[in-house]
Amino acid sequence: MAGYVSRGFRGRRRAGDGEAGRLPPGQYAEPGFPVLTAGPTPRVDLATWRLRVDGLVATPREWTWEEVQALPRSTFEGDIHCVTRWSKLGTSFAGVSVDVLLDQAEPLPQATHVVASCHGGYTTNLPLEDVRGGKAWVVWEHEGQPLPPEHGGPARLLVPHLYFWKSAKWLMALRLLDHDRPGFWEGLGYHNRGDPWREERYWGD
Amino acid sequence: MGRLSWRLARVAEVRPETSRVASLALEVPGWVGHLAGQHVDLRLTAEDGYQAERSYSIASAPDGRRVELTVERLDDGEVSPYLAGEVREGDQFELRGPIGGYFVWEPGIGGPLLLVAGGSGVVPLMAMLRHRAASGSQVPTRLLYSSRTLEDVIFREELERLAAAGDRLTVTHTLTRAQPPGWRGYARRVDAVMLEEVGWRPEERPLAYVCGPTRLVEAVAGDLVALGHDPARVRTERFGPTGVQ
Repeated sequence: MAGYVSRGFRGRRRAGDGEAGRLPPGQYAEPGFPVLTAGPTPRVDLATWRLRVDGLVATPREWTWEEVQALPRSTFEGDIHCVTRWSKLGTSFAGVSVDVLLDQAEPLPQATHVVASCHGGYTTNLPLEDVRGGKAWVVWEHEGQPLPPEHGGPARLLVPHLYFWKSAKWLMALRLLDHDRPGFWEGLGYHNRGDPWREERYWGD
Repeated sequence: MGRLSWRLARVAEVRPETSRVASLALEVPGWVGHLAGQHVDLRLTAEDGYQAERSYSIASAPDGRRVELTVERLDDGEVSPYLAGEVREGDQFELRGPIGGYFVWEPGIGGPLLLVAGGSGVVPLMAMLRHRAASGSQVPTRLLYSSRTLEDVIFREELERLAAAGDRLTVTHTLTRAQPPGWRGYARRVDAVMLEEVGWRPEERPLAYVCGPTRLVEAVAGDLVALGHDPARVRTERFGPTGVQ
């Protein structure tokens, strides 16, 4: 919409320091790491923690905390974007690539989608192609420190090329399906895929 | 459902609430209505075309074409100092919404309700209280509201009026930083003891809505679960100043 001005609004224009070109439309750079969660932060005991990959796979797999730590370590360095309009530029996470988990479970050819499910009942859905090919991780470190519970610790999904509600906190399982099944926010008005560069925030975007 | 389109909103009224907080009543032609607890996206455009977008909770009950926002000025903010300081009647910006389908309440959802607010986190809860009153709901409701000082309490007189209406609403304040002489209310951060004294017992199966700064919300939601409340009945919304650990 053009042709109007918010009288007296100047804004801060913080672009610079390499921000230009890294902020998707409608986003601003946030130095902190805001917490957004629909409910209480679950407290998850590492002794009973499990990560599961099941559904349309040849070999359903489950890892304990020790087992998942022993998988090939992988790090992500880059930017994350929350649908509430903050982006955190130049941050880092470490964990394991989802490719490693899927390779061990061997997805069946008919698998097209994945649903992440979490302690506390949260779910989110993704096309399988959005978590394959080096685009997604299960992470337990943020900037060199253990991932704090309010940010999804012990371990969360990380899918940095999509809005951050797809990077499900307190991850328990990835289930492969042959169809799409909207998750928690996807059923409550938020976009089914959530590409920040296409500004896919809400239903119909 | 179709796309949420940007609509041009006109400021119909500006009402200071506290020294740092102002309410803006907006006229939004074509507004589709909202649920108590939802928020909107705002887009401001400077003369040279620069734009900034932010989300704000709706303070008003769902009642047709007007939308009221209540905004706290954050000293290091880009948009809030403008909204809660510069904006005058007749000013314009764009608005998109309503957004959010979880942190919402309608009388049909029931209760009893425990509402816990920190600072301007009271805003979406106020939409619920206003909606509750306007719809004649008698759902038993308890608001526990944490502010720094008495002067920082947003909607203080309206909350007094609502609590005096005799429709099963109680309002309890805690003042964390300074208390006026003779203050007999709570004078500390919300904690588990306070939640036990003010709130419902877990067996009463309350529905809790908690909104405020991350530290308060994390603590209150954790305390409620530790007291035995069902995590699935504790709904939270956290906001900045954000997340610096």
